[in-house]
Parts: sequence; structure tokens; C-alpha cells
Amino acid sequence: MNEISPPQIVLITGASRGIGLYLTQYYLDKGYIVIGCSRSPSSITHKQYTHFCLDVTDEKAVKSLFSQIRKSYKRLDVLINNAGIAAMNHAMLTPLSTVEKIFSTNVFASFLFCREAVKLMRKRHFGRIINFSTVAVPFALEGEAIYAASKSAVETLTQILAKEFADFGVTVNALGPTPILTDLIKNVPAEKLEKLLERQSIKRYGEMADVSNIIDFYMQPQSQFVTGQVLYLGGA
Amino acid sequence: MITYEQVIELIYSAIDELNASSDNKAVIKQEDTALYGESSPLDSVDLVNVLLSVEEALEDEFEVELVIANEKALSQKNSPFRTVSTLASYVADEVNSQ
Repeated sequence: MNEISPPQIVLITGASRGIGLYLTQYYLDKGYIVIGCSRSPSSITHKQYTHFCLDVTDEKAVKSLFSQIRKSYKRLDVLINNAGIAAMNHAMLTPLSTVEKIFSTNVFASFLFCREAVKLMRKRHFGRIINFSTVAVPFALEGEAIYAASKSAVETLTQILAKEFADFGVTVNALGPTPILTDLIKNVPAEKLEKLLERQSIKRYGEMADVSNIIDFYMQPQSQFVTGQVLYLGGA
Repeated sequence: MITYEQVIELIYSAIDELNASSDNKAVIKQEDTALYGESSPLDSVDLVNVLLSVEEALEDEFEVELVIANEKALSQKNSPFRTVSTLASYVADEVNSQ
């Protein structure tokens, strides 16, 4: 049972801003049923959209979200683990509380959502999980030690969960965007960003459509043999 | 409060679900059916599916949230996952002590 009939049900974390907001609107426009979550309310009102205000690191709240998805839809087809935070600073000036916060959101919450998602996906023996890494991992960017380390953990998580979830018909992949002009990088100096773009094979900012293109590829039924992969945009 | 017999029924439903999902699987619903080990007809993925189905049924039918494969279960000298019967006893005890 690897083919799925529409409408597919997609869960997007960090859905109220930036890439998450874009992806929410994008998949609603394509006719999907979209469930979004974030700490803040969503600006989207759509008959096929449900938003949950929660902290992605709150296990009880996350389990309750999945319980509601199971009771309402009895299934989940796609998880887009987009929620993430960044802090760019020299390691010597980075408080431990910042490290804990970044790992909590980027790694622990990603794991939590993967674990709960596969429980729902196993019944139909179909599922697609897409995690978010960054080009800061292969570039080993100075000033991003903790952010990049957390995303390295996400990549390892992706590769190992791909193996553990394969028996349940669920693929787990990740994409690593280049800088995209969103809130996440609004405080990064322009010259830093320019230097980063110089390291890419294709020297431009990423577009939202670059991200959705990769996610579309991972999601399509023909990609059932693609798992455990990390795809970097821009030729990192 | 949940009884041992009620948990047995939940486990049997989970086994029904497992058997229905496989063309060549016919796990017998008996209290001494082994859930893992060489004498078990279940592989590790089957066991995960059974445990998750029991967790879901506990939530749906008894409004109880329980992570069955918790640290306590995994650290016991005699695993509670040996047979249908040992699993039922363990789950009933865990739920009733909540």
C-alpha cells in the first residue's frame, strides 16, 4: 500500500512564520489537508487548515496534538519538521541556556515529532518525514557552532530513523537550505551572508520555491526508495 | 482501574490487527503466546506494532496514557514482554498504580 489517495494529510511544525508559513499556504493551495503548529497563532484561515498553538518541546502537548490528529483523521501522511531556532554568536559568548534551548527545539522536538508521526504512519505502511538541516553543517561556519551542531544531530537522527522506520513504510529525509531571507537570519550582518553565498556553487539566496521543490520530491510516491538523505540547496 | 482480563482483550485486538496486516501471519491468541524470542511468531517490528496498538486502545477505551516500553519495563530482570500474559499483568499493574 504505497500509493496514497488525496487529500493527503500534512503536519507542519513552526507553521506561523517564514518557511513554515509559506509551506502551509503552498500545500493548502495544492489541496492538501494541513495541520500546523507553532507557539503563536496562525494568520491563515482555510477550511482545510487546523492550527495548534503549542511549544514543540512540550512532550505532553505534542502527544495531545497527535492524539487529536489520530482521532480526527486516523492517519498522517507527511511530517515537515520545520520548527527551528538559530543563535549566531562566538562560542565563548554563548550561554549554556542558549545551547539547551537550541538543542531542545532543533533536536529533541524533531525527534519527538518523528517518533509520534511514525506511530500514525505505520498503520497505512506509508509516510514521509522531512527534517531541516542547514548548509552551516557542511560549511562548518564559525559563529554557528551550536546551531550547526544541533543540525548535525538532526542529520544523524534522519539517517538512523530512516533505517528504523523503513520497516513501517516511512521514509525520513532532510534538506539543508542556504540562507533565505526570513526572520531566522534577520540579525545576521549582510557581509556575513555575502561571504556565505560566495561558498555556494550557485551564489544567490535561496527561494521558498527551492525548498518546496525538494519537499515535493521527497513526498512523491515515486520517492519511496529515497530515504536517509540530506540534500543541500545551492551546491553546498 | 483496569482488570487483567480487560488488558488481555486489548492485546488480542492488537494481535487481530497484526494478523490482518500480514498475509502470512497468524499469531495465536493465547495467554502463553510468546511475544519475543526464538519461540515467538513475532519479529521486533510486530512487537512494536502490538505495543503501540495496546497504547492506543488504552487511550481510546480507558482514557489512559501509558508508554509501555518505559525505562521501568526495559530495566526489569524478567521482561514484561515475554508473553501475552506477562504483558497483560504488567500493563494492568502500571495503569492501576497511576
